Amino acid sequence: MTPGLAARLAGQKHIATPRRETPFHPRLKELSETNDWYTWAGCKAPHSIFDTELEYFCIRSQAALFDISPMMKYRITGPDAERYLNRLTLRDVRKLAVGRVQYTAWCDDHGHVLDDGTLFRLDADDFRLCCQERHLPWLLDSAIGFSVTVEEETEVIAGLALQGPTSFSILQAAGFAGVDALKPFQLARFPHEDAEVTISRTGFTGDLGYELFVPVGKALSLWDRLWTAGRLHGLKAIGYDALNRARIEAGFIVANADFVTAEGALRTDRGRMPDEIGLDWLVDTEKPFFNGRDAILRARERRTLKHILVGLEIEGNIPAEHAIVYHRGKREVGLVTAAIWSPLAKRNIAIASLERPFGERIADDLCVEIYAMRELQYRKLMKRAKIVPRPFVRLDRRTFTPPGRF
Amino acid sequence: MGSRMKRYDVVMIGGGHNGLVAACYLQRAGLDVVVLEKNDWVGGAATSRELTPGFTYSNCSYVCSLFRPEIMRDLELPEHGLQVVAYEGGAVFTRDGDYLASYRDHDSHRREFARWSKRDAEAYDRYARDVTRQCRFIQPLLMRTAPDPFSFRPRDISELIHLARKFGEFTPSQIAQTLRFWTMSISDFLDEYFETDVIKAYLALSGIIGTALGPMSPGTAYVLLHHYMGEVDGSVGAWGYARGGMGAVSRALASSFQAWGGTIRIGADVEKVLTRNGEAAGVVLCGGEEVLGKLVVSNADVKRTFLKLVDEQDLPDTFLHRVRHFKMRGSSGKLNIALDSLPEFPALPAGSSCIRGDLHFTDSVERMERAYDDWKAGRWSADPFVDMVIPTQLDPTMAPPGKHFMSCFVQYCPPKVEGRDWTDADRDAFAETVISQIAEYSPGFRERIVHMEVRTPREIEEEVGLTEGNIFQGELTFDQLLFNRPVPGYAQYRSPVKGLYLCGSSTHPGGGVMGAPGRNAAAEILRDLRLGTKHMSQAHDVI
Ligand SMILES: Cc1cc2nc3c(=O)[nH]c(=O)nc-3n(C[C@H](O)[C@H](O)[C@H](O)COP(=O)(O)OP(=O)(O)OC[C@H]3O[C@@H](n4cnc5c(N)ncnc54)[C@H](O)[C@@H]3O)c2cc1C
Repeated sequence: MTPGLAARLAGQKHIATPRRETPFHPRLKELSETNDWYTWAGCKAPHSIFDTELEYFCIRSQAALFDISPMMKYRITGPDAERYLNRLTLRDVRKLAVGRVQYTAWCDDHGHVLDDGTLFRLDADDFRLCCQERHLPWLLDSAIGFSVTVEEETEVIAGLALQGPTSFSILQAAGFAGVDALKPFQLARFPHEDAEVTISRTGFTGDLGYELFVPVGKALSLWDRLWTAGRLHGLKAIGYDALNRARIEAGFIVANADFVTAEGALRTDRGRMPDEIGLDWLVDTEKPFFNGRDAILRARERRTLKHILVGLEIEGNIPAEHAIVYHRGKREVGLVTAAIWSPLAKRNIAIASLERPFGERIADDLCVEIYAMRELQYRKLMKRAKIVPRPFVRLDRRTFTPPGRF
Repeated sequence: MGSRMKRYDVVMIGGGHNGLVAACYLQRAGLDVVVLEKNDWVGGAATSRELTPGFTYSNCSYVCSLFRPEIMRDLELPEHGLQVVAYEGGAVFTRDGDYLASYRDHDSHRREFARWSKRDAEAYDRYARDVTRQCRFIQPLLMRTAPDPFSFRPRDISELIHLARKFGEFTPSQIAQTLRFWTMSISDFLDEYFETDVIKAYLALSGIIGTALGPMSPGTAYVLLHHYMGEVDGSVGAWGYARGGMGAVSRALASSFQAWGGTIRIGADVEKVLTRNGEAAGVVLCGGEEVLGKLVVSNADVKRTFLKLVDEQDLPDTFLHRVRHFKMRGSSGKLNIALDSLPEFPALPAGSSCIRGDLHFTDSVERMERAYDDWKAGRWSADPFVDMVIPTQLDPTMAPPGKHFMSCFVQYCPPKVEGRDWTDADRDAFAETVISQIAEYSPGFRERIVHMEVRTPREIEEEVGLTEGNIFQGELTFDQLLFNRPVPGYAQYRSPVKGLYLCGSSTHPGGGVMGAPGRNAAAEILRDLRLGTKHMSQAHDVI
């Protein structure tokens, strides 16, 4: 249905701000020392606020506030919502209790992953799906025949990630009574002014942390509430670059960075099945039919899976971003998709996509070729790499309930 | 005459851009080439002329993206003054006072489409991906001679294998998609992606430009592809302006050709191809002068060449039959307008870049189809669709400061009016339909007009020599592409007359200011002469 003329005319002014500013932009702009912005899903988002290195240590030692408003958010409601999502996604949504969150993924008919994301069950018939890429046509088309409503709510709901050891203390200090009871992947609603904020114990850092969602009108007052409470707990605002380090340590993958999404791929051989990007554990073979199921099961049965995603620990301390992975120093077997020196593990770590059977049956004798540009000269390094499990770092404080105070 | 008369290696009939491309490559291979152009200028449908002081028009073609970058480089066209400037965007005005704009910036584009439909805004990415996939398949075929599937010569077989292998990289569902793409109507194709009429209308335009079909006619999806597979500096699907007008392409080619010692004769109208013992031996100009050559290449369209310039007795019947039935029905007209100031379009947002791109007034596919109905009845469309650009906003060389050149491509416009010839009164009435459409959206438009050139198929045929005024020297439907263009068995630039070749848009890969037909024809000629083609780049890799 085409919106009416008045709504369309009102929308014309978008061209005055080609980069949308998120509801938290006024605060971020004020805090930004580096003035270092990039575009995330059409929004102005910070690479860094004051210093990526120090911002990273805020995540690991104090608490960090990160604006996740640009993340795509879809609201799925209606009597068939559970059935619809169960057909759409890989995990069994019937097992997702009200007030819980599921990390999940969904596939096209070829079993190629369209995206991964988090599914929040706000009520029996009320879900929120958060993810990196846009999927409205896919979600609407697959809703045909189900009694559900799918609505994109990215621009009306603001989101914040509050991550780090003191995040719980900050929420308590901010007066969110009862937040101590939240277990990992659990959510609850708390009053905020005359509205509600949904707080879930989730995040992208592998640390103790929470995500908060509010209607955009309450965004700034929520920020201020946390900011005031955080003053004595070392709270800092951070940009994506610091978060990215934490997520690599936690071993999380990012759509269109660690794998190419099925709908985004121009080259048809770029699609990846869940088993090829480390998401095999999401596939619930017991539940009723879901999209991509047959293709995934067939590939498993016929052993036609081509790729595998692995964690690597690499000799030395030079990050191997986008390096080629070799077997026996000669044969190209894959590509590093993300890599950092991990300050927490004191190791050179990487996420890599390998071509089976490498990484599967053949796991030894791997090395990566690093081209390190130093003062306009390449140093070409061949470094041994060892396959290790993800996450690269495990923090007990992530799961303790009630959480520690720091 | 006889022995004292100069005999060229190659006589080129016509100095359109393809003729010039072929001539450049042949001259650079060491041959002595003469280009005979009937007009007093070169360029054919890629021409820029000053018809009123201070204003340069792009008299026919007006936007540039199809021209192959490999050719620009081989022939050193930048050194000979060619510059292609990318532009962005465009808009369709809707009858309710709104518009739909298009932007280069991905997010602005999405947000603009989302004003009309959030779903369509995202579906656009799918659409662009699918069309780009098809383009990536087709692009490398542009710079290769189409294989003849029935010749069984080793070269044709290996080319067919090459094709099959490219096809083999596709998944079965993509092969199915490709076959559908080549045969579907643009309207059906767009229906698979979009729900909003104005969005479909905006995108459908590329499916019918230069084609005597409506958006609902099968085969028009491919035409869209033909317009999408161009690029500006590697950005596929982007369009640009040749700085100085489309004629700048032909001027640069002529200059490159002459720099290598080639001869251009303007005002040299070829009346007949001379044959001796069934072999081409040169041409006779109107007035009787003979120009001799070991080979003759025709840049004129296939009908003009074989139905007017070559004696029927030299040609086989089936071939002639096919040529007579090659479809090149005129469907377009054009208005070139000199303006004493930049027109205003109050509906457009102030400061938006879309005014620098293509502007349209047709906001539904239905209106396009109705416009086509008029053409079928032998009338110009009462409610035509117009592709309007004002290149002088980016190119200061075409009009005095503050003044502008506006190019309006108009469809549909029949080769004959209800079966009879066009009259000047018809032409003026046709122009009036267009002007009144523009004036509806741009107050004071008429008062800005300094000069106007109006071209119906009659003028296009008379001046450029395009039979029936068809802008592509033959429609771009799948039955007239690849080894069927222009005639099965003669798709490799050769003809039944030994020593007579074709190099214009009637040949593979077809129309548009692309240069590929000229380049491929030169490659075949050099092959026949056993001369090297090292100076010709292969198509850029599509990776
Ligand atoms: C109105 C219009 C708008 C267009 N818009 C675009 C556009 O925006 N972008 C785009 O890419 N393409 C466009 N095209 C298509 C494109 O211009 C043509 O497909 C292309 O220029 C054809 O080039 P050609 O060299 O194959 O043939 P032509 O340009 O037709 O050249 C043939 C030449 O041969 C000459 N000739 C013919 N007969 C004789 C004879 N007997 N003796 C001597 N000389 C002869 C003619 O005078 C002419 O110079 C447009 C075409 C038209 C007509």
